Amino acid sequence: MSDDNPRLEGPLPPAALDDPHLQPATKHPERVQNIAAASIIVGMIGFVGFIWVYWVNASTQWEAATLALGMLGLGVGTITWGKYLMPQGPFVEERHDFHSSESERASFNAAITGRGGLEVKRRGLLLGLFGVAGGIMTLALVIPGIRSLGPKPTKSEAGNGTTDNSLFATNWHKGAKLVTVGGRQVMVDDLEVGGVLTVFPQGYEGSSPDQVILLRLAQLGPNDPPYPIAPPGKTEWGVQGYVAYSKLCTHLGCPVGLYQEQTQQLVCPCHQSIFNVNAGAVPEFGPAPRPLPQLPITVDATGQMLANGGFDQAVGPGFWERP
Amino acid sequence: MIDKTLNWVDDRLGIAKGGRTFVDKIFPDHWSFMLGEIALYSFVILLGTGVFLTLYYVPSGHEIVYHGSYIPLRGQKVSEAYASTVGLSFDVRSGLLMRQAHHWAADIFLGAIAVHMARVFFTGAFRKPREFNWIVGTLMLILGIVNGFLGYSLPDDLVSGTGIRIAFSIIESIPVIGSYLGFFLFGGNYPGNGIILERFYIIHVLLVPAILVGLLGAHLGLLVKQKHTQFPGKGKTEHNVVGSPMFPTFIAKTTGFLFMASAVIFGLGGFAQINPIWQFGQYEPYQISYAVQPDWYMGWLDGALRIMPSWEWVGWGHTIPLEVFLPAVVFPGLIFNILIVWPFIESVWTKDTRYHNLLDRPRDRPKRTAAGAAMLTLLFAVFFASSTDVMANFFQLPLMDVLWFFRFFVPLSPIVAYYITFKICHEMIAAEGVGQRKRALVVTRSAEGEYSTVEAAPRPGDTHEELEPIPVPTFIELTDPELATSAGVRRVIR
Repeated sequence: MSDDNPRLEGPLPPAALDDPHLQPATKHPERVQNIAAASIIVGMIGFVGFIWVYWVNASTQWEAATLALGMLGLGVGTITWGKYLMPQGPFVEERHDFHSSESERASFNAAITGRGGLEVKRRGLLLGLFGVAGGIMTLALVIPGIRSLGPKPTKSEAGNGTTDNSLFATNWHKGAKLVTVGGRQVMVDDLEVGGVLTVFPQGYEGSSPDQVILLRLAQLGPNDPPYPIAPPGKTEWGVQGYVAYSKLCTHLGCPVGLYQEQTQQLVCPCHQSIFNVNAGAVPEFGPAPRPLPQLPITVDATGQMLANGGFDQAVGPGFWERP
Repeated sequence: MIDKTLNWVDDRLGIAKGGRTFVDKIFPDHWSFMLGEIALYSFVILLGTGVFLTLYYVPSGHEIVYHGSYIPLRGQKVSEAYASTVGLSFDVRSGLLMRQAHHWAADIFLGAIAVHMARVFFTGAFRKPREFNWIVGTLMLILGIVNGFLGYSLPDDLVSGTGIRIAFSIIESIPVIGSYLGFFLFGGNYPGNGIILERFYIIHVLLVPAILVGLLGAHLGLLVKQKHTQFPGKGKTEHNVVGSPMFPTFIAKTTGFLFMASAVIFGLGGFAQINPIWQFGQYEPYQISYAVQPDWYMGWLDGALRIMPSWEWVGWGHTIPLEVFLPAVVFPGLIFNILIVWPFIESVWTKDTRYHNLLDRPRDRPKRTAAGAAMLTLLFAVFFASSTDVMANFFQLPLMDVLWFFRFFVPLSPIVAYYITFKICHEMIAAEGVGQRKRALVVTRSAEGEYSTVEAAPRPGDTHEELEPIPVPTFIELTDPELATSAGVRRVIR
């Protein structure tokens, strides 16, 4: 820091009491001092109060009130002191140009390019080797730092725990029993028409990629199709009015947890994508790009509900490797 | 005594010369220069309350049975992270105050940064030689947003857990490397092996704060080295700085301001409930809550996700989820990059390479002001789009109508805002005496019946009288009892 600022070596010329530039407060400094002192004392009371409040374990509100009062009193007092009793000026300080003089620049640049640069130029081979070695070293340090963090995503579609390293896998397979999050087996008469239930493959209760929403839609007669507007090739994927869709929104993976029975729509509460449950959960509105993947289901002789296969595609939001 | 101590230190470190320059350092006075201080002091409170929280928070997804004092949760299986957050709220004395103050301080920190940044932008304080500091500040804004998100994700409650799920899906949407990035960060497919809380924790309490402290040091160091900008005024030039001295005046005022900011934050922390995680419950990946919004600084990203049409690109055996990638990765990337390079864009556009230490009045730079207004309007518009569902409920409108309104409103409103701001700036430049108090016109009738108008005399506050600035004195004479009362305090009457 340079020290060539003009300075008043000595006292500030005091302003006369009738100086028009004086604020009214300045003419009665003792009053201002009283206000500042009172504020600081209020602050002290606040802080003492906080200690007491803490001691007796009073409510959070009392803690906040006393602490804030302490801070406020101290703050008002300090600012009053600084703003009305301390020299305000206006005082002036010179600025200096940031750039150095031409000769300083020239000598600095010469040291870089002349002294160091020439040496570097002369030994181009070494410089090149140094650069390559540095690059390899960075890779050597960064690769384990990143690669150790997690498994490589695989394209495995088989279940049984591989959901941890594959975006394609779920634990659903033919014959998997539908159970509630508590592990209770879902029976075919569990739901009324219009009812919904979140189900999992037995043994994977609560698992994120496996969550499925089971709905019972209106079925007019026993010979009617299992659901009104089945997508092509999926007419037999529901059973007795039941259909099952992945509960992971195809937009961002939120659970599609709102079922509007009147409009027969599933709504994602996160970004309001709406899926038509009567037509294979096609998105009717909002940012979701794809239908919720459907899980084929069936009922065995005892009325237990089972999966009739796995999903025919990856569940959840889109990603690069998804075909 | 003090003299002795100072001399003792000076013998060893030689502080007197640089120290005098430092205590004489001049800070210009203007209310808008306090906005950055609010951010600074919120950050101080964040560090303090944050250390308190680390003593009680357990970053673990491990499931335990809750036995604390919050009765509705007793006997439920919850994660250690959730249990410890509820525990530090209810079973640690003044824990709830500290936790809520921490959360409020984060919201205020980012709010103050945003307003401070707007001040710097609209007054042109980012121009040469302060481009570095503009970039450092923008980086702090980005890191602040990231750390805010990480912080409110830590309690492992239902609402924040959904946020983490969305974050994973956003990472997944990045072409080519998305699923790798997501798997590495989360230690596998979502939800990972409960490892994400540990990772978020160490990033939140160590990595990002360490970088933020470094950037903050650079921000303030550059401010000291380059000296503060000032508005034009009497005696103020490009080559000086006019205001009050570092010591004691500025120190007193700014310390007082630290206490004031603390009072507000702790007051909010005790009286304004924020993030009551015990009402949301433990996060389960198959559960979801309705009509929840993220913290305010994430709202603009959420809004962009909502209004984006469902354009997914599929081809050649690959998928690019543009409906996620564009609003959640490209959009914020674009915004932050525009912010970072703005000083250079403007300098090239205006062919201006001079030093600028005097600030602009926003109206005097209509194009820049209009561009800033357009940017703010865009961000506010997407911010409001993040509550389409709440608006639809509140106004009893179909959700689709609200969404379609925002799909048009968000891209169109910045254009309108640009035009209107541009026009207003030009009007203000053209109008004489704008911003000054109007003086009454006195109509008089002469004896001959002739009418004439005369402007009334100015009232005391109308004139703007400023003193000629003087160099900082070494000391203030307090000997003369008659004059001592003024104590060297010279104030400008406004």
